[in-house]
Amino acid sequence: MAVTRGFQGRRSTAESSQLPPGQYLTRDFPVLSAGPTPYTPLESWDFTVRGAVDTPVTWSWEEFRSLPAESFTVDIHCVTKWSKLDTSWRGVSVDALLGAASPRAEYVTAFCDGGYTTNLPVADLRGGQAWVVFEYDGNPLPPVHGGPARLLVPHLYFWKSAKWVRGLEIRADDEPGFWEMYGYHNYGDPWREQRYQGD
Amino acid sequence: MARTAIPGRLTWQQATVVETRFDTPQVKSIALTVPGWSGHRAGQHVDVRLTAPDGYQAERSYSIASAPEDGYVVLSVERLDDGEVSPFLVDELRTGDELELRGPVGGYFVWDEPLGGPLFLVAGGSGLAPLRAMMRHHRATRSEVPVRALCSARSLEALLYREELMELAACDPFDISITLTRVQPSAWRGYRRRIDSDLLAEVAWPPADRSLTYICGPTAFVETAAAGLVGLGHDPARIRTERFGGTGVQP
Repeated sequence: MAVTRGFQGRRSTAESSQLPPGQYLTRDFPVLSAGPTPYTPLESWDFTVRGAVDTPVTWSWEEFRSLPAESFTVDIHCVTKWSKLDTSWRGVSVDALLGAASPRAEYVTAFCDGGYTTNLPVADLRGGQAWVVFEYDGNPLPPVHGGPARLLVPHLYFWKSAKWVRGLEIRADDEPGFWEMYGYHNYGDPWREQRYQGD
Repeated sequence: MARTAIPGRLTWQQATVVETRFDTPQVKSIALTVPGWSGHRAGQHVDVRLTAPDGYQAERSYSIASAPEDGYVVLSVERLDDGEVSPFLVDELRTGDELELRGPVGGYFVWDEPLGGPLFLVAGGSGLAPLRAMMRHHRATRSEVPVRALCSARSLEALLYREELMELAACDPFDISITLTRVQPSAWRGYRRRIDSDLLAEVAWPPADRSLTYICGPTAFVETAAAGLVGLGHDPARIRTERFGGTGVQP
């Protein structure tokens, strides 16, 4: 470890202990997207669980919004180094969505308006660890942050929390998603600092 | 979509400052030598790590502002007044100092010849850095892909790489438009307002040309530019964006 001449840094607050390695705290909510923000009207929005499942299921916006929802507060960690603590969301647990379709395989590709994809193990979406959220901080999720609905998997780097998500495809093979194909880590655990391939 | 393999783990590498230069009162370009640097593609970024005497470390990501052909890795860092890292890099770091780099990172917001064009590059403020890497790479490889660029800055003093942009503007494949949104010199002949749909319609390629567009800047700027182009009929799949900052001011 090489000391950088003259650098002292700002060892901040007690909150820093809640940060994974290499992350810094931010109070605003940065936006990172690979392309233009899609604006899908709610009447043409639906959410699908398909692929290796017993029963493919599709919900319209109205049907999706009538599913039991929960409010929760979590920390989020972006691979570009910022973390944001105590963010409040409301959404449908992915347990409920998977339960309706009964997956028969171990991997998921989340697919989205705009063509974005990301891959995860099914196990990481189960057990109250993941949601499809439609409210942030008490308000409808703004399009720039992934509205009308985004995946939220707070225990992984935030690129796994796909914006503008439209469904989950269950697969037997672990197919790398968008950033995973461009050199980012396949799994993305912030506490093990799995930012890039090989980390 | 081609799979881009990055072999092995990206390791931290020692980099040495060989030159620093203020591009604007807020932005300093830092040229670094990195022994054993594997090279990069225009538009990629690096992670920077600073270490205090007691072992405390801070990491940030910065776009590379130099072309792969340039020999140095150049980072153009904007001083964020409440920042922890950028005021150090802009005001303290000097020639001969060392810091650690990891990269290059990112394979989507990049341009090289096989991706073709015509190119439309749209920059807000210091978002010009990775687009400058693309333009330098374009020149270094004598590409004939036609380029239109739109650079937005608050004033001429706040515009990065001014002389270089003027030189580029004189080159045949480049058509460079500049808008100064707050303060303009008295004889200014460029645009004088924030980007909007009309300005984009004047400056961008016609949608039928299926240009490949790269937009970089603060979120509000990128949203306006990307949504404006989609509204004009550009294919969203041909628009690549990179955003920085949170609720930052629009240049």
